[in-house]
Amino acid sequence: MHHAPDDLDNLIVCPTCDLVYRAPAVAARERAYCARCHTVLIAPRRKAGKQLIALALTVLILIAAATVFPFLAIGAGGVRHEASVLDTAFAFSGLLSVLAVAVLLFIVIIPALRLILLIYVLAPIIRDRPPAPRAKAAFRLSEALVPWSMAEIFALGCAVALVKLSDLAEVFFGPAAWLFAALVVIVVASDRLMCRYSIWTSLKE
Amino acid sequence: MDLPERVKTAREQGLVGCTRCTRPSPAGTPHCPRCGSRLQSRDAMSLQKVWAWWLVGLGCYIPANLYPMLETRTLVGTQSDTIVGGAVDLARHGNWGVAMIILVASVLIPVGKFVVLAGLAIGVRHGPQISEAWRHRLYEVVEYIGRWSMIDVFVVAILSALVQLQALATITRLYEVVEYIGRWSMIDVFVVAILSALVQLQALATITPGRASLFFALSVIFTMLSAQSFDSRLIWDSAKGARPARNPKERIA
Repeated sequence: MHHAPDDLDNLIVCPTCDLVYRAPAVAARERAYCARCHTVLIAPRRKAGKQLIALALTVLILIAAATVFPFLAIGAGGVRHEASVLDTAFAFSGLLSVLAVAVLLFIVIIPALRLILLIYVLAPIIRDRPPAPRAKAAFRLSEALVPWSMAEIFALGCAVALVKLSDLAEVFFGPAAWLFAALVVIVVASDRLMCRYSIWTSLKE
Repeated sequence: MDLPERVKTAREQGLVGCTRCTRPSPAGTPHCPRCGSRLQSRDAMSLQKVWAWWLVGLGCYIPANLYPMLETRTLVGTQSDTIVGGAVDLARHGNWGVAMIILVASVLIPVGKFVVLAGLAIGVRHGPQISEAWRHRLYEVVEYIGRWSMIDVFVVAILSALVQLQALATITRLYEVVEYIGRWSMIDVFVVAILSALVQLQALATITPGRASLFFALSVIFTMLSAQSFDSRLIWDSAKGARPARNPKERIA
């Protein structure tokens, strides 16, 4: 079977199981699934671009603030100590200092980089301008970074640490703890908003 | 639209689909014209990469469970906890919920992941009908690490999923779960870091991370790479002829 080159743009291949479909017109808030493996193929949302940029900017600010402000404080016998994300990363020293770098990468640098790339890619699209230079490479990198962005996992880690400590000492929430809580909600929300197919098709110029 | 007879895979039509942006290109095209990703009809090296990362990951997971994860120094004395020991300690103090989170994230998920990945890779190589010999070998391995009794549940689930062709959708789901959930194992490393940063109360109490944290983090990273190396399209190639989905829906593409 042969397809004209223009025709290929109207076909969609399931990335999970390789079946080929003619890309259907999907209305906003509807989803197109692969009939064989049920992977979501197309899931457009109205004004998703604007909302994604708004959420990405919010998360960026939250990450920056959550990094420097203390998120938990501990007190026992009149001594008080508080810790920020930076303190947390540098808890690993000596042989383990590789982990300091890894922790910083996973919970600060990679999430932030991913969001900056996403804003860079989406900003021209929502204003109906031509895509930014190297936008494709930027979006590819941003997508590759998704599994390595672990800010929300760190937030759950805070909760576990809190319970572990409650026997040992008094524990207080710092301002950054609430920032992290908000961050988890927003990250999950923006993941549901994003339709990769729509972004790629609008990037092809 | 349900899955009609004429729906074929990209490979059967002489096309290669982009796994990043879903656009098909003629077979042999090196890069996707829409998104620029490298195109491969099937990743021929997929299984080798899966096994390589899997082995390194497992090699790190063993010391991660033998060395202490956390060293707590209080006025009373010093205490080192391994991952499992720490969770048992929590449970003994009545913190069942947190103990469960730790156990699920640090034991159940990594172990389940090793098993599932291995099962998938074996299933692709040897067809979903696993031979008796392989099933036996799998079982021996499982028995060897029987301390984590939940693993048996996983293996039973995987074996039964692999043996039935109809269950291919489940296998794919399983793969997605493995790929998504693996990151959550990192939580224990973060907990150790948080505790160590926080508990610096001079003479009263200090907490320092143990050597296991490094091995554990490495194990998580390597198994994440292993899961990402797996080419899920290989699962479907092992099914002879595309079967229609059981409940085709109207809105399906």
